[in-house]
Amino acid sequence: MFSLHFTVLANTFMPVQGSEIAVDVDYHYAFLVISSLIAFIILIGGMTLFIVKYKRQTENDKTAYISHNHFLEFLWSFIPFLIVMGVFYWGKVIYDKHRTFPEKAEEIHVIAQKWAWEFKYKNGVSIESAKGEVLHIPVGKPVRFIISSRDVLHSFFIPGFRNKQDAIPGRFTSMWIEAKQEGEYQVFCAEYCGTGHSNMPARIRAVAPEAYVAWLEEKKANTPVDPNAGNEMAMKGASLYKELGCSGCHTVASDAPKLSGPSWVGLFGSKREFADGSSVVGDENYIRESILNPMAKIVKGYAGIMPPYVGRVSDEEIDNIIEYIKTLK
Amino acid sequence: MFTLTQAEQIQDAGEKNYLIHEKGLWSWLTTVDHKRIAIMYMIAVLTFFLIGGIFALLIRLELFTPGQTIVSPDTYNKFMTFHGAIMVFMVIIPAIPAIFGNFVLPIMLGAKDVAFPRLNLASWYIFMIGAILAASTLFLGGVDTGWTFYTPYSISTSTNVVLTVLGAFTMGMASILTGLNFVVTIHKLRAPGQTMSRIPLFVWAIYATSIIQILATPVLGITLLLIAAERILGVGIFDPTLGGDPVLFQHFFWFYSHPAVYIMVLPAMGIISELITTFSRKTIFGYTAIAYSSFAIAGVSFIVWGHHMYVSGQSEFAGKLFSVLTMLVGVPTAIKLFNWIATMYKGSIRLDAPMLYAIGFMFLFTIGGLTGIFLASLGMDVHFHDTYFVVAHFHYVMVGGTLMAFTGGLLYWFPKMFGKMTSDTLGRISWVFVFTGFNVTFFPQFILGAMGMPRRYYDYLPEYTSLNQISTVGSWLIGLGFVIVLIAIIKAFISGEKASANPWGGKTLEWKTASPPHYENFETTPVVTEGPYEYR
Repeated sequence: MFSLHFTVLANTFMPVQGSEIAVDVDYHYAFLVISSLIAFIILIGGMTLFIVKYKRQTENDKTAYISHNHFLEFLWSFIPFLIVMGVFYWGKVIYDKHRTFPEKAEEIHVIAQKWAWEFKYKNGVSIESAKGEVLHIPVGKPVRFIISSRDVLHSFFIPGFRNKQDAIPGRFTSMWIEAKQEGEYQVFCAEYCGTGHSNMPARIRAVAPEAYVAWLEEKKANTPVDPNAGNEMAMKGASLYKELGCSGCHTVASDAPKLSGPSWVGLFGSKREFADGSSVVGDENYIRESILNPMAKIVKGYAGIMPPYVGRVSDEEIDNIIEYIKTLK
Repeated sequence: MFTLTQAEQIQDAGEKNYLIHEKGLWSWLTTVDHKRIAIMYMIAVLTFFLIGGIFALLIRLELFTPGQTIVSPDTYNKFMTFHGAIMVFMVIIPAIPAIFGNFVLPIMLGAKDVAFPRLNLASWYIFMIGAILAASTLFLGGVDTGWTFYTPYSISTSTNVVLTVLGAFTMGMASILTGLNFVVTIHKLRAPGQTMSRIPLFVWAIYATSIIQILATPVLGITLLLIAAERILGVGIFDPTLGGDPVLFQHFFWFYSHPAVYIMVLPAMGIISELITTFSRKTIFGYTAIAYSSFAIAGVSFIVWGHHMYVSGQSEFAGKLFSVLTMLVGVPTAIKLFNWIATMYKGSIRLDAPMLYAIGFMFLFTIGGLTGIFLASLGMDVHFHDTYFVVAHFHYVMVGGTLMAFTGGLLYWFPKMFGKMTSDTLGRISWVFVFTGFNVTFFPQFILGAMGMPRRYYDYLPEYTSLNQISTVGSWLIGLGFVIVLIAIIKAFISGEKASANPWGGKTLEWKTASPPHYENFETTPVVTEGPYEYR
């Protein structure tokens, strides 16, 4: 009976649960609501009781002289301490689920701007919220959003998945979700961005994996032939590899001889060790930085001779190069 | 609690009353009397409160229906910014320290004035210059960044950010100087026998607040100047197109603005300690614990700023660290609540209007504090961050906490300040409106937040309409409540009953001098022989 009430309460006022993590969040929420109610009743109930019971009777009332009580004071310090540490741990467990990215996820680029969202699939299909288009995702498959902004801060917020992440100009952030059933979900911008802040909604539709593939194919077929839109992101990246002169120093074949810059093969996701002894995992931000400001991190065994590409390459081109590098396994 | 001869325990300071001791506007503008400076702060802060309150009502009116109700999105964004910036920088931060801190703190210590009276007057002028700079944006194009000035929006918007930022910077200077003045006063100007373990808890709270003001405000000042430098000179600090980092701004900003939350709420807690003891006619339970918990809160407040940034792109490790540290704030806060309630146990409780406001504080601040734990939890905050849940939470703390305590303190010390009693009936009626209106306004916002409605929204989905309408109706009740407080004050000036030296039966030193006090507070320096709440 209690668990039934608990479940009912967990869903009260919260949006439809899009994912398993949303269910976890709602249980956490229900626990917080119930324990807060208990704490509130103890505190305010006690206070109300005292107000009624110890109402002033005469203007010369004598009151008890109680200055402190170490045992009580210890109790009401230590018990709240234990409770908040428990809440911290529970919140951390959920956060870890949000932040532990599955190995194989469908990747979709999310680009925020004043005041619309653009979603880019790897096959070149682009979905624009301003045109009323709906972002499609497959049910039961993790989807990773790679989030960036073209102007100011925005925040990609999907209440149904209890998840959000800020979109920051000049940097990538990411989040992932996995829809547990078919349905439509609302997207909001949650970081204040000016005039149209409340007017940049988008819709996400979770569909069966087969329907998702079919939709993506159909979208691609319907994409008008245009010198850029016809190409996949990685293919654009491949042509930029030649156009920008990357090919002079970086190889893209595993059997090629060593050139003056590190090979791109297997770069993405691998541990990069640097001349100064530090290391990072080669992710989107690392590649972006290495293109714009190559001297920031010099790979061990190479000389820092690459010119900075800041101002010579657009954000969109960097996106495409990154997608290309990801294909080089 | 202290010894004065019969002749010195005057009920009426007569011609030496600080209000009429010197006459004319010039005597006020050049005064170094801490009590007069407090009154000058009071006039300024209450005026700004009125302006900020009008913007609050306009915001709620616009949100009565989805889409456009009264103004355009750009105007709404300016209203929202004015409301936030005015209420934070010009009302809630200065209100209790600058008004009641200035007025009662030196008297509570048994001092003639603060340690640096001229500096105190200078603080008022600096505050006014800053306030006028910031308020002048009302007429010079406005500003639409929200009170947080997040970059790069604040760098790129065409509105008048520089003026507002310089205003906030200048007011910060006043805040630092006031804090410094209080710390020195508390250490150096206590009356004979007034040991640190005998000073009232309001003084302890102001002491903890002053330390935050001195240490945190410079960081805000620097950050705001960096914004001005970026806008005027194009120095790339926060703007990514100039090579800056927009998230860096958030670190700088919250390094001040989170401790600032405690600048707002610690003095309110100090007032509550005074009100609960006086109206329960009972010694405080756990004096030491309450005093130390203020310092614990002040200390922890410096290392929790990142809880505003869980989804900002800061590292996951940082998120976890800030979450666990934030949870610690709950402990000293719980200690205070339990101690106040324990103080009421076996007391002799009277619900005069100031005490009603203290009870209101307890009720609302408890909700504000408990919902703070929701937001400190990482898993929960990822959903609630930047939704109306946050708006509801901090209004429960700032308005339900600080403003309720401020109003309670105002009605409590008004007889001391002006020698007139306010009508207790009007005080109680105002409380009913403010308390009910507050819950009607802000409780639905918790639900809106859970449903996913983001904050700072001009327009919203149709399913959020009814809760928004309830909230707007509540805002009218709050407005009415404060109009009644204003009427009670005006009525007290016109036809208020004359106040005795100690109308509430308080034990702290300010109740041992005349109402209104002598211009030097006491005829002769008091000698303190016992603690501040000796009801035996």
